[in-house]
Amino acid sequence: MSEKKNTGRRAFMRAAAAAALGGGVWLAATPSSGAWVWQIDPRKCTQCGQCATHCVLNPSAVKCVHATRICGYCDLCSGYLQPNAPALDTGAENELCPTAAIKRSFVEDPYFAYSIDETLCVGCGKCVKGCAQFGNGSLYLQIKRDLCVNCNECSIARDCPSHAIERIPLSRAYILKYDDDSKGTE
Amino acid sequence: MTRRPANTVNVACVLPGSAHPRLTVCVAAVSALLFLLPPLAATAEFRFSMPEFSTDYEHEPMFLPPAALTPPRLDITLLAALLGFTAYVVLRRRSRRWVLTLSFVALAYFGFYRQGCVCSVGSLQNVLNAYVGTGEILPLVVAVFFLLPLIAALYFGRVFCASVCPLGAAQEICAVHPVQVPKPVDAALGMLAYAYLGIAVMGIVMDCGFLICRYDPFVGFFRRGGSFNMLLAGGIILTTGIFIARPYCRYFCPYGVLLRWISIFSRYHAAITPGECVQCRLCEEACPYNAIIPPEPGAAPESRHAGAMRLGKLLAVSPLVVLCAAGIGWSAHPTLSRMHPTVRLAERIAAEEAGRVPDTTIETDAFREGDQTAASLYAEARALDARFKYAGAALGVFLGLAVCARLFRLSVLRHARDYTIDKGACLSCARCFKYCPVEAPEKP
Repeated sequence: MSEKKNTGRRAFMRAAAAAALGGGVWLAATPSSGAWVWQIDPRKCTQCGQCATHCVLNPSAVKCVHATRICGYCDLCSGYLQPNAPALDTGAENELCPTAAIKRSFVEDPYFAYSIDETLCVGCGKCVKGCAQFGNGSLYLQIKRDLCVNCNECSIARDCPSHAIERIPLSRAYILKYDDDSKGTE
Repeated sequence: MTRRPANTVNVACVLPGSAHPRLTVCVAAVSALLFLLPPLAATAEFRFSMPEFSTDYEHEPMFLPPAALTPPRLDITLLAALLGFTAYVVLRRRSRRWVLTLSFVALAYFGFYRQGCVCSVGSLQNVLNAYVGTGEILPLVVAVFFLLPLIAALYFGRVFCASVCPLGAAQEICAVHPVQVPKPVDAALGMLAYAYLGIAVMGIVMDCGFLICRYDPFVGFFRRGGSFNMLLAGGIILTTGIFIARPYCRYFCPYGVLLRWISIFSRYHAAITPGECVQCRLCEEACPYNAIIPPEPGAAPESRHAGAMRLGKLLAVSPLVVLCAAGIGWSAHPTLSRMHPTVRLAERIAAEEAGRVPDTTIETDAFREGDQTAASLYAEARALDARFKYAGAALGVFLGLAVCARLFRLSVLRHARDYTIDKGACLSCARCFKYCPVEAPEKP
C-alpha cells in the first residue's frame, strides 16, 4: 500500500518538475516572436573586411547591395575603380573589386550604371569603403537572407569591430540604408 | 551620413586626373562640393545628386531575396518524433540497430541539412540569455529545443543523447572500437563538463557571447567549412572517439550535465536486463561509458563507525573546498575578464597608446573611428573586471560544490546485488542489451 502511495507521489513530483521547467522556460519565451535573422546596420559598418572571412559559409552570406536610387551614376566611380588605376576603363587592373563582381554599363553621357554579380561577390567591402569615402554611399554590405544559415551566434557578429551586426525580427529585415530603397524591393 | 573632409584631399592626389577632360570636371565638381560649399554640404543628403536621365533609363531594382528559412514546425516535429521513437526503440524494442539508424537520421537532418542550428546544446544559452543576459528574445522553437529533451530525460532517461543530438550521433557512429576508461580518470574528466557549463553560464551572464556555439567542434563538419582550429579540434575528438567513445558528450557537453541531473530521476529508464539479473557478468565489459554499476563483491560491509567518520571528514572538508574554489575564481578575474571583448579592446588600446605594440588592429581602428573616448572605455573595462571577481567566485563555488557532490557520491557504499545502470551516466546507446542472456519474460 505504502509503496503504491510512494509511486503516486513520485509521479506527481515528476509531473510537477516537468511543468515547472516547462512553465519557467515558456514564460521567458516569446511565442509570437517568429524567426529572427542577422542583419548588418550599414550606418555602423566600418568595412573592415571581416565579413568576407568570418562567415561560416564560404563565400560569405554577406554581399554588397547597391541602392541604385541614391547612386550618382558617376563615370569616375570610387567604388568601382582603383584609387591609382592606370587607366579608367573596365580592365581588371583598374577595378577595385578583387573578384570583378561589379558590372559597369553605359547609360548615357556621362552616366554609368553599376550592378553587383552576387555569384562573384565575396562581401569584402572594398567597394563599399570606396563608395562611402568619395561617393554617395549607395553600395553597402548586407547579410543576404537567402544565403545566411542563421547561426545561433553569428560568427561575423562576434568579431565585428564596430558591432554593426544584430539580430532582428524577420519582419524588420532587410535593414536598408535609406528608407526609399525598400520601395518595390519585396 | 558621415563626411570626412580629410579624406577628400586625397581625391585630387590619387586620381590620375589631368589627361582626361571629363575627369578634370569631375574632380573639380568633387572639390567644389566638398570644399567650396561646406556649410551647404552639412544639409545636403548626398555628394552627388541623382542624375536626371534624358533617356527612359530606369533604376535597377535592388536584389533582396526573401529568407530561406526552414519552417520551425518541421524542426519541432522531427525533434519530438525522434525523441519518442528513440524512447520506444530503447525501452521496448531494445534494439541497437534502430538506435544507430535514428542516429543517422538525426545526423543527416539536424547536422548536415540544418547545419547544426538550431540545437538543444546551444539553446541552453538562449534560455539563460532571455532570463539573465542581454534579455534578447527567446524564440519558441529554441525554447522547445531546450525543454523537450529535458522532459524526455525526466521520463525515459537520456534518449536525446542516444540518437537525437547530431553531435552525439556523429561521435556514436565513430565509436567503432570503444575501450573502457578507468573509473577514476573518467570521474575526473567528467568534471570538465561542469567547468564548461559554469564558464558558458558565466559567459552569458557577463555578456561575453555564446561560448558553446563558438567552441562547437562539429559544426564545422556540418557546414563543410570553419576555422582551422575548430575543425582540427573536431577531428581530434572524432579520432579519439574511435577508442574513447563520445569524448565530447562525456567530458565537455554542458547540456549533458543538465540531462545527467534530470535523468537520475527518470521514471522508465532502460535496464540492462529485460528480466531478472542472473549476475553472469557478461555485460561488465559492454558499456564504454562506465554507466554499469557492478554489484559489490561479497565484502563485509564496513562498520558504522568508519562510515560515519568518512562522512564527517567529507562534511568538514567540503566548505574548505568550496571556499578555496571561490577564492581561486575570485583571483582569476584578470584572466576571466579577458573573455569579454570590451576588456580585450581596452587592453589593446592601452598597449597601443603606451607604444608597447607597433601596429593597430581592426578592432582598435574601428574604436578610434567611433565616438567613445579611451578614458570611458577604460572605465567600462574596469567596471567589468570588478564584476568578473564576483562571477569568478560564483563559478568557483559551483565547481567546488560539483566536486564535493562527486566525492560524496563516490564515498557512498552501495548494496546493489545486481548489475544496474547508472541513470545519470547512461546514454541509452543500447550496447549492453545484446550482452544480456536473459530473455524477456512472457507477457501475461
